[in-house]
Amino acid sequence: MIRFDNVTKIYDQNTRPALDKVSLEVDRGDFAFLVGASGSGKSTFIRLVLKEDRATRGSVYVAGQNVANIPSWRVPKLRRGIGVVFQDFRLLPNKTVAGNVAFAMQVIGKSRAMIRETVPEVLKTVGLEGKDHRMPHELSGGEQQRVAIARAIVNKPGILLADEPTGNLDPTTSMGIMKVLDRINQNGTTVVMATHDNVIVNDMRKRVIELVDGVLVRDEAEGIYIGAQGDNK
Amino acid sequence: MRLAFILGEIGSGLRRNLSMVVSVILVTFISLTFVGAAGMLQLQINQMKGYWYDKVQVAVFLCVDTSTAASCASGPVTDEQRAEIKNTLDSPAVAQYVDTYLYESQEDALGHFRDQFANSPIVDSVTADQLPESFRVSLVDPEKYEVINEIFSSLPGVEVVVDQREILERVFNVMNIASLVAVSIAAIMIVCAILLIATTIRLSAFSRRRETGIMRLVGASKAVIQLPFVLEGVIAAVIGALLASVTLWAVARFFIGDWLAQQYPDTAFISEGSVLLIAPALILLGTVLAGISSLLTLRRYLKV
Repeated sequence: MIRFDNVTKIYDQNTRPALDKVSLEVDRGDFAFLVGASGSGKSTFIRLVLKEDRATRGSVYVAGQNVANIPSWRVPKLRRGIGVVFQDFRLLPNKTVAGNVAFAMQVIGKSRAMIRETVPEVLKTVGLEGKDHRMPHELSGGEQQRVAIARAIVNKPGILLADEPTGNLDPTTSMGIMKVLDRINQNGTTVVMATHDNVIVNDMRKRVIELVDGVLVRDEAEGIYIGAQGDNK
Repeated sequence: MRLAFILGEIGSGLRRNLSMVVSVILVTFISLTFVGAAGMLQLQINQMKGYWYDKVQVAVFLCVDTSTAASCASGPVTDEQRAEIKNTLDSPAVAQYVDTYLYESQEDALGHFRDQFANSPIVDSVTADQLPESFRVSLVDPEKYEVINEIFSSLPGVEVVVDQREILERVFNVMNIASLVAVSIAAIMIVCAILLIATTIRLSAFSRRRETGIMRLVGASKAVIQLPFVLEGVIAAVIGALLASVTLWAVARFFIGDWLAQQYPDTAFISEGSVLLIAPALILLGTVLAGISSLLTLRRYLKV
């Protein structure tokens, strides 16, 4: 589903590469943790998958397609196949919960009938039934992140990228979020989650890909968070 | 659905940026009013040219008592001299250039003079023998004035040959300069309008960067993301163009139609109908200006 082939990303010639000759493959239906300290290249990985940046060297394949060969007018189509969740939720403060989720469908031209049908369904999936008309500021952090996840998956993407989705949440709330992500993964969506939360990683026993200073140092199935670089949280 | 969504986005953008939108409307209004005024002046010049060029004549003035020209050294024009001038006008060499000609006696000249200056006290002090008699020649091609001038200025008894077109040209020159001034002011104002539209779009894009960021992430197309911003600028500019058109119409209707036309009844003025010709051009110009400047701005500030 996602394949990195000897990918190097250099933002600035005078500093070390953000990603250095990284090769890895995430298959359809996988759940993978991307771990490493801040600045280890986790966010760069996500940006390259979304074609927000271009790899300096090497190739990035998403759903079998080399993203370097996707013309700019086709990039929106690539992104429709990828849902993204961030640490800071990025909800629209002036829209209700349902409005925030519906927004993702409206802007790609989905019909009103389809939106009416899909939004409550997705809100149920993330455990927010009955909160359609709440405003984001009326929700807890965990609930806000659930709205963000609902928005990310409402268009049924094949891949869900989560960049530190539990970074702002307490451990109990985080576990709730992990259950939601796990359920989405069970439904067939490939999930890649960047995190440095060792409790979650150790608890889930999923594939772990570790980056240190942009270099892939570890890739093991059912791994644990080692945090060799002293970033134990 | 998508259309309704885009319209909603435009509405909220216009509301959020109201003061900037109003200034864009006013600046395009003023600049397009000047553009339109220049256009109307040109239409007026064309109108007057069409009207006057048919009527203008070359006037061959004959000598009177008080003439000082060299060809009048022998005193006022004699009957033989007048007959000779008339013969020359009828001769084939000259007749090919001449459409019609009329002889105007001193009495006729006084009559015309009195008509023309009816409101002026000068009328009472002028007598017929002070005014020269003349041949009023209409040319087939008004441009051939030089030929007539050469032939007749040297004939004895002719004081001077005057091309009335020259007087009109002077009037047209003044009007041309006025429309040039209007265009220059318009050009500066248009630059202002373009910069202001660019700034407005930039502010608008900045204040909605959350929305556009999410739109990009979920894969909204470039058109859906950018169109609301472009249309915001275009709508403001079109409102400005409409205001400019209404203003020009009012000027044509009330200033030119009701006032100027009464002051100068013999001049052919353009009617308010000519605004119908200019208004679509102004709206098109406003649309293109706003469209281009917002697209250029978005290319820099709203990457997709």
